[in-house]
Parts: sequence; C-alpha cells; structure tokens
Amino acid sequence: MTGARIMTGMAAGAGLCLLVAAPAWAQAAPAAAAPVPDPGNNAWMMTATVLVLMMILPGLALFYGGLTRAKNMLATMTQISAVAALAMLIWVTYGYGLAFGPEGNAFISWGKFFLRDVTPASTAATFTHAVISEYVFVAFQMTFAAITIALVLGGVVERMKFSAIMVFAAIWLTIVYFPIAHMVWEGRGLFFTMGALDFAGGTVVHINAGVAALVAAVMLGKRKGYPSEPMPPHSLTLTMVGTGLLWVGWFGFNAGSALEANGSAALAMINTFVATAAAGLAWMLTERVMGHKGSALGFCSGIIAGLVAVTPAAGNAGPFGAIMLGAVASVTCFVFVAKVKPALGYDDSLDAFGIHGVGGIVGAIGTGLVYAPWLGGPGGADYAIGHQLVTQAAAVATTIVISAIGTAIAITIARALTGLRVAPDIELEGLDLGEHGERAYN
Amino acid sequence: MKLIMAIIKPFKLDDVREAITALGITGMTVSEVKGFGRQKGQTEIYRGAEYSTNMVPKTKVEVVCDDALASRLVEAIRQAAHSGAIGDGKIFVLDVVHALRIRTGETGETAL
Repeated sequence: MTGARIMTGMAAGAGLCLLVAAPAWAQAAPAAAAPVPDPGNNAWMMTATVLVLMMILPGLALFYGGLTRAKNMLATMTQISAVAALAMLIWVTYGYGLAFGPEGNAFISWGKFFLRDVTPASTAATFTHAVISEYVFVAFQMTFAAITIALVLGGVVERMKFSAIMVFAAIWLTIVYFPIAHMVWEGRGLFFTMGALDFAGGTVVHINAGVAALVAAVMLGKRKGYPSEPMPPHSLTLTMVGTGLLWVGWFGFNAGSALEANGSAALAMINTFVATAAAGLAWMLTERVMGHKGSALGFCSGIIAGLVAVTPAAGNAGPFGAIMLGAVASVTCFVFVAKVKPALGYDDSLDAFGIHGVGGIVGAIGTGLVYAPWLGGPGGADYAIGHQLVTQAAAVATTIVISAIGTAIAITIARALTGLRVAPDIELEGLDLGEHGERAYN
Repeated sequence: MKLIMAIIKPFKLDDVREAITALGITGMTVSEVKGFGRQKGQTEIYRGAEYSTNMVPKTKVEVVCDDALASRLVEAIRQAAHSGAIGDGKIFVLDVVHALRIRTGETGETAL
C-alpha cells in the first residue's frame, strides 16, 4: 500500500498501456480469454458518468447562473452548456487520443483519433485486475473535459462574446486540458510517473480551470462598473439548487474515479460527504468570526471549496483527514475571495480562481499530508511525507505554468478571431438579449 | 373624493388591508415600490463584497373614498401601519376630480 498504491491512487487512467496491448493479445492467443468487464463495475461507472454530466447541466449552470445578474442568466447557462457539448465532440474526435492514445510520451499521446479501434468489446484497465468497457471509460473521461472548460467560464461571464468563448474552449482544451489530463492520468504521464497523488483530478480539473479563469479574466478586463457598481447575485435560490446538484454529482466525479464499485470508491464517497460538510460550516463560521452574518452564499461557497479540496484526496485520506482538509480549504478560500481579490482588484467574476484554483492548491498539497497513516490516511508506515509534499508541489507548479501560458495563447487567438468582448451597449443591456435574443425572466 | 396614498412597510400590508375593509372600503390598489426617506438603507454582503442599498423596499397602497370617510381612513391606516420605528412610511391625501366604473359607466362616488 505504499509506492504502488500512490501510483494507482492517483489516476483514472492507470494501466491504459495495458489497454493498448489488449487487442494484440486477443489476436495472438484467442484461447486466453481477454478480461471481461464486471457488469457491476460497468453499471457504477455508467452511473458515475451521468452524475458528472448532471454537475454541469444543470448543476454548474444554475450555480453560476444564480450568481450573475438577471440580464446575463441565460447567457451564463448557455455558455456552460455549449462549451460542455463542444468538449464532448472534440473529445471523441481527438481529445481521447491526445490524452489516452496508444503512442506517446510524458506530455502527450496520440492515436485512437475518431475513437478508432474502440469497440464494445474493448476494455480499459482499472487499478486492480478488473477492467471496464472502454466506451464507458471514454465517456467518463469526456465528462471531466466538459466540466473543466465549463468551470473556467466563472472568471469571464457577463462580458465575453459567445463566439469568443467557443473559440477559446476549442483551443484551450487542445493545448492545455488534453496534455495535462495525459500527464495526470495516463501511465506514461509526467505527474503519474512522478507519483503525484491526485485521486479525481484536483490538478487537471480544478487548479487548471482556476488558473485559466484568472488569466482569462485579467486579459479580458473587468466588467463595466466593477467594483464600484453593485453586482449582487440575482438568485441565490438557484445557486443553492446548483450547489446541491454539484454535491450529488460530485460522488460520480470522486467515487467514480476509483473506476470500480469497490472499497476505494466507498472511501471516496464518505470523504466527499464529510469534507464538504466541514467546509460548508467552516465558511459560515469564518463569516461569523469576521463579524458578519453566516450567509447562504457563504455556505454554498464553502461546499464548493470543500468539494474541490477533497477531489485529489477523495481516496487518499481517512474521513477525519478529509474533514480537516475541507475546513482548511474553506477558510483559505474565504480569505482569498473576500480579502485578497478585492485588494488586488481583478474581476474573477464568480471566483473560479478564488475557489477552484485556491481550493485546488490547498487540496493538492494537503493530500500529501492527509495521506499519512498517522492522520488516518491509507499511506503505509514508511510513507515519506516530505518527499511526497515536494512531488505534490511540483505537480501543482507545473499545472499552473502550463495552464497560464496555454490560456494566454488561447485568449490571444480568440481575441484575434472574434474581438473577445461584447460591445459596451450589449454589456449594459445584458448578454441574454445582446448575444442570444432572449430573456431569462418574462 | 379623495385618493389616499400610503407608503408603508411591506409586512404591515395585511394589517392595513384589514383596517381599511373594516371601514367598509371594498377596493384598493397595492404596488411594490422602492424609495428612501429618513430610513437608511441596508447592507448586503456577498462573498465579502459589501453593497449598501439606499433604496428600501416599501409597499404603496392606494384607496379612493368619499370625502366624509377620508380622515377616518387616514387614521385607520396610520394606526395599522404604525410600529414606531423609523421607516414606517407616509400617507398622502389628494383630491380626485373624477371616477368612472368601466363595466357599468357609473361615475362619481357610486363608481367607488
């Protein structure tokens, strides 16, 4: 349960190299039966996959939509839905190949474009000897790409052109997401071979999306009137509904990342409950300590911060380690969102960086701590905490650099092709009417 | 005829309605309005961003009655809407030149 467990605990794509070899075995020795997916595991992974879809639609769409002003509600939800759909199409066309293709190195892979060679009979390896159907694995990983690009939009809503968002999404997925997904989850990937602990994608999904949102928000500029003009959320009711859907869906995201319906998934499940609960209350408690009222938005923000932080730790911590991690991440995100962001003055509109970026970094580094057996984690007695923390920090730093550079390139191209920002009168009137010709509420 | 226009605290609406109907008035018009007077606005905080709203939500009640009833009606509304705290609102009384019931064509006080 030490070195080997670190390798397997981190990644949803472990042993994909085995998968590559599977058809060859089948040809060479048809008598030696290829491993057959267990229907229970397959059924759980299919369920987990659609749970992650529910995180995006309607979960994230409602969560983000409620936080925007009423005049931008539909635009926000439409942007999230459209980039998620685009990510699905790109994923089956070449994204899966770039992340999990049969050929490749530490940074990227290739092959299996247009899902060539993927059949109902082909399988993907899990962390044990079991396999799941490759189409299920393709679909599960597809939803991760879709939610990651959707999360980025939290930094740029209420002012970015729809066309610019679509161009940005296609480029960003290609030059940022697929390589980092490969590095984290594929057997030859850089982070995977480093032994970085990342159970369900804290680096590739949350730090990656958070940093991209920050860079995109800074390049795009502030919303007109920010921060002097009040921009309160138009419906915290919908934000609360979205929060609930995200939390429920997150069980597919975290427990699904075990790739089997086994004890590792069970550990991820209980941690996704308790870390999140601790984080929601910790945010409200922080508000009280700062002399404010404990708020609904504070609760929701804490929930998301806890979910983000427990993502890399889900199967890599004991329940009480996860509770600590959730609470620490929540307080850190509060300080960042309520104090640091206003002091720095940039307009990360819905705090995609403040919660996903910051919470992701706390989670990724903290996973190196809570993995330790004396904190209830699954690490062995010889677990080297210092060495692991260095590895975690290296994975975080690499993700930040690639995400920042790739986002700058993608935004620059989107600006050249589309102009990036809506006209000032459209921004004032609202993107619902200006970009989509509809109103959310009549 | 008089138009009584009262700007009151929203949660006092039911009390005002009961007081008005107790006087035999059979109709009123209610709107949700915002405004400011001596009452200060509220402070709202979203993820640490503080907004002080200087417009306070109020309810506007409009009732038309005959001249004889006007002073009793004003007093009834005042008592029903009174809490003693700042922001209880105001009552205005205006002269009404003409009234007409659309369905029947009745005019004047019979139209009320």
